[in-house]
Amino acid sequence: MPVNAPLLEVQNLCVSFATRGQMIPIVENISFSIGEQEILGLVGESGSGKSVTAMALMGLIDAPGVRITGMALFKGQDLLAMSGKQLRTLRGQEIAMIFQDPMTAFTPVYTIGWQIDEQLRVHQKLSRRQARARTVELLGEMGVPDPLNTANRYPHQLSGGLRQRAMIAMALSCNPSLLIADEPTTALDVTVQAQILDLMRNLRKTYGSSVLLITHDMGVVAETCDKTLVLYSGRVAETGTTQALFAHPQHPYTAALLASIPPMSGPRPERLPAIPGSPPQPLERPAGCAFAPRCTYSHATCLPAPPPAFHAINSHHKVACLLPMEGTPLPPRFSANTTATV
Amino acid sequence: MPPNSTSLQTTRDEPVLTVKDVYKTYTLNKGQTLKAVDGISFSVMSGEVLGLVGESGCGKSTLGRCLLRLHDVTSGQIIFEGQDITHLPERTLRPLRQRMQMVFQDSYASLNPRRRIGDLLAEPLKVHGTVNGERRSASAITQRLAELMELVSLPRAALARYPHEFSGGQRQRINIARALALSPRLIVADEPVSALDVSVQAQIVNLFADLQKQLGLTYVFIAHDLAVVRQISTRVAVMYLGAIVELGETDNVLHHSVHPYTIALTQAVPRPVVGTPQHAPLRGEIPSPVHKPSGCRFHTRCPAAQARCAHDAPQLRPIAPNHEVACHYPVLSHN
Ligand SMILES: Nc1ncnc2c1ncn2[C@@H]1O[C@H](COP(=O)(O)OP(=O)(O)O)[C@@H](O)[C@H]1O
Ligand SMILES: Nc1ncnc2c1ncn2[C@@H]1O[C@H](COP(=O)(O)OP(=O)(O)O)[C@@H](O)[C@H]1O
Ligand code: SF4
Ligand SMILES: [Mg+2]
Ligand SMILES: [Mg+2]
Repeated sequence: MPVNAPLLEVQNLCVSFATRGQMIPIVENISFSIGEQEILGLVGESGSGKSVTAMALMGLIDAPGVRITGMALFKGQDLLAMSGKQLRTLRGQEIAMIFQDPMTAFTPVYTIGWQIDEQLRVHQKLSRRQARARTVELLGEMGVPDPLNTANRYPHQLSGGLRQRAMIAMALSCNPSLLIADEPTTALDVTVQAQILDLMRNLRKTYGSSVLLITHDMGVVAETCDKTLVLYSGRVAETGTTQALFAHPQHPYTAALLASIPPMSGPRPERLPAIPGSPPQPLERPAGCAFAPRCTYSHATCLPAPPPAFHAINSHHKVACLLPMEGTPLPPRFSANTTATV
Repeated sequence: MPPNSTSLQTTRDEPVLTVKDVYKTYTLNKGQTLKAVDGISFSVMSGEVLGLVGESGCGKSTLGRCLLRLHDVTSGQIIFEGQDITHLPERTLRPLRQRMQMVFQDSYASLNPRRRIGDLLAEPLKVHGTVNGERRSASAITQRLAELMELVSLPRAALARYPHEFSGGQRQRINIARALALSPRLIVADEPVSALDVSVQAQIVNLFADLQKQLGLTYVFIAHDLAVVRQISTRVAVMYLGAIVELGETDNVLHHSVHPYTIALTQAVPRPVVGTPQHAPLRGEIPSPVHKPSGCRFHTRCPAAQARCAHDAPQLRPIAPNHEVACHYPVLSHN
C-alpha cells in the first residue's frame, strides 16, 4: 500500500435489492475516502441509504438477491471481494461498528462486562481477570460511572446513554483502525449526545481510530467531522471538507437543508425556509438530478438522464449539480458582513 | 408537600390554562413511587405558545397529558378557561374536550390504518359535533373536511386515501387537521415534529405557526429540540426531573439563560456552523426519577453547585420581568 493512501477508499459503491422480481437501486455510485485518524460524516435524511452503505462495507447485508458492486479498499484490500471469514476477522480486529440501538450489539442474557471480556479474550491473550480489568478501564474511559459494578449489569438494566457507552467500549476493545458509527447519538439526549461526540472526537487521539460517522444531523457533522458527504436519495449530492461545505454549500439540497434548520441564535425567521415535498422513493427516483422536483434552481438541463456528474469546485470539494458547471454557482452561505456568530 | 412555587405574571387578560402546583406520581411495582411531575405551576395566555423543553424522562408527556385530563393528577389544579377541570367527571368534561386537543409525535400510530382519511376526520365531527345544539348535517361535515384539508395544505383527494399512502410529514398534517376539526382553542402538541426529517420538520413547524396566527390558537408545544422550540414559542419552560427550572419569554430563557441547566442544554445543541466554540459537556446523566437528588434536583450535575444546593431545594422565583428561575446561584453574566 502506497504511503499516504487513505485508510478506506470506496469507489462507485452500488447496492441494489431484489424486490418482487425487480432490482431496486438503493445506493448508486458512492465514492469517498477516509484518511488515518480522520472523521468523515455521512449525512442524509432517513431512507437516503446511509445504513445500507455502512452495512455493505461491513459485509453485513445478507438479503437474498442483493447486488453489491464497486470497490472498497481498506488498507489496500477490497472489502467487497472478501470472503465471509476474512470479513469476520477484520470486523473483530480492524473495523468495528456501533449502532443507534445498542441492544442490537449486546445479547440480553449476559452482563455487559462478560460480553466485553469475551471480545477482548477472542482477540488478545488475556486471562479472565486481565480482561475484566481492561473492561472496567474501557468502561471508565467511556464515562461509565462506577464501572466496576456497572460491568455486572445486564444491557436492559442500563440507561440509553450508558448502553451506548458500553457499546462503544466493546467496539473499541479491539483497538479498531476504523469505527463505523451509525447514528450513535440519535436516541440520546442532547447533553449526553455532547458527551458522546466529545468521546468520538477524542478517539483519534486516544485510540488512533478513524471514524465514519453516520447521522442525519448537520449540527453533529459541523461539530465533529473533518470531511462531509451529503447523500440524497442514494446518491452523493456533495462532498468536501466540512469547513468548505458548510461555508459555501454548492448543491441546492445541502444549502436548503442547512437553511431549513431553525437557528439557535440571531433573529428568528418568520417562517423557516422549508424544502417542499419529500425525497422520492427509490423506484420513483428521477432519471436526472434526484433533487430536481424539489429544487428551486431546477431547469431543463437538470432533468434528462444521467444524473449530473461530479464537478470539482477544487481539490477538496465536489458537487453533483449543474449550476457551477454552467457558471452560475450558488452564493456562499454567509455573506461577508454576516459572521457566523453563535 | 413543598410550598407552592407559583409566581405568575399575568400580562394579558385571562389565561387559557392555569396549572397550580401539579403533581403526578406513578406507582411502580415493588411499591416504589415515581414523581413524574413534581410540583409544577404556570399559566398560558390566549394566543401564546408555551414551549416545554427538557430531556427524555423529565415529565413532559406526563404533564401534557395531565393538562388535557388524559391523566388524572395526583394533586394540584388544572384550570381551563377559568374553570377548574381537575376533578370534573368525564360527562361534564366532554364538551370542554372539544376546545382542547392533542397532537402526538408518532403520526402513524395515532391514525387507524384501515380507515380513510375522510372517515378519520369526520369521526370527531360526528361524535362531538353539535353546532348550536344541532347535529352536523352530512353536507356540513363535507364542507368542514374540505376546510380542514385547506388549512393543512393537503389536496381534497387525500380524504379518500389511507394513512399508509402518505409520507410522515403528510400524516402529521392529517393529525393536525384532526386536532383542528372541532375548532379547539388550546392544542397540546407532544413532540409533533421529532420523528420528521429536518426539511419536512420545517414545513410542519411553519404550519403550526401559520395556524396559530390564522386561528388565534394557544399552544403548549412540547419538544426536546431547543431550536424548534425557540422557533415557535413565545415563552419557554425548561424542565428537569419533573420540575420547571427556568421559565419566561423565549429570548430571556434561551439567550439570557440563568439556570446552569438551561445554559448547559443550550450549549449542547450542535450548531450547523463550523468553528462554533465547544463547551465542556455537562457531566453524568439524568438521575433516576425514583431516587431524585436531595436539595436542588440538578445539584449532582451542576457546575455551579455549592454546599447549600445539596439540601436546600430552590423554588421558582422571578429574577427579571418575565423570567423565573429555580436556582440559588443563577448565572448572571455568562453572555
Ligand atoms: N434489505 C432491504 N431490502 C430492500 N430495501 C431495503 C433493504 N434495506 C434497506 N432498504 C431500503 O433502502 C433505503 C435506504 O435505507 P437506509 O440505508 O436504511 O436509509 P438511512 O440509513 O439513510 O435512513 C430505504 O428505502 C430502505 O427501505
Ligand atoms: N405509565 C407510567 N408508569 C410508570 N412510570 C411512567 C409512566 N409513564 C411515564 N413514566 C415515567 O415518568 C417519567 C416521565 O416520563 P415522560 O412524561 O414520558 O417524560 P418525557 O415525555 O419528558 O420524556 C419517566 O421517568 C418515565 O419513565
Ligand atoms: S441551586 Fe445550586 S445545584 Fe441547583 S442549579 Fe443552582 S447552583 Fe446548581
Ligand atoms: Mg439508518
Ligand atoms: Mg415524551
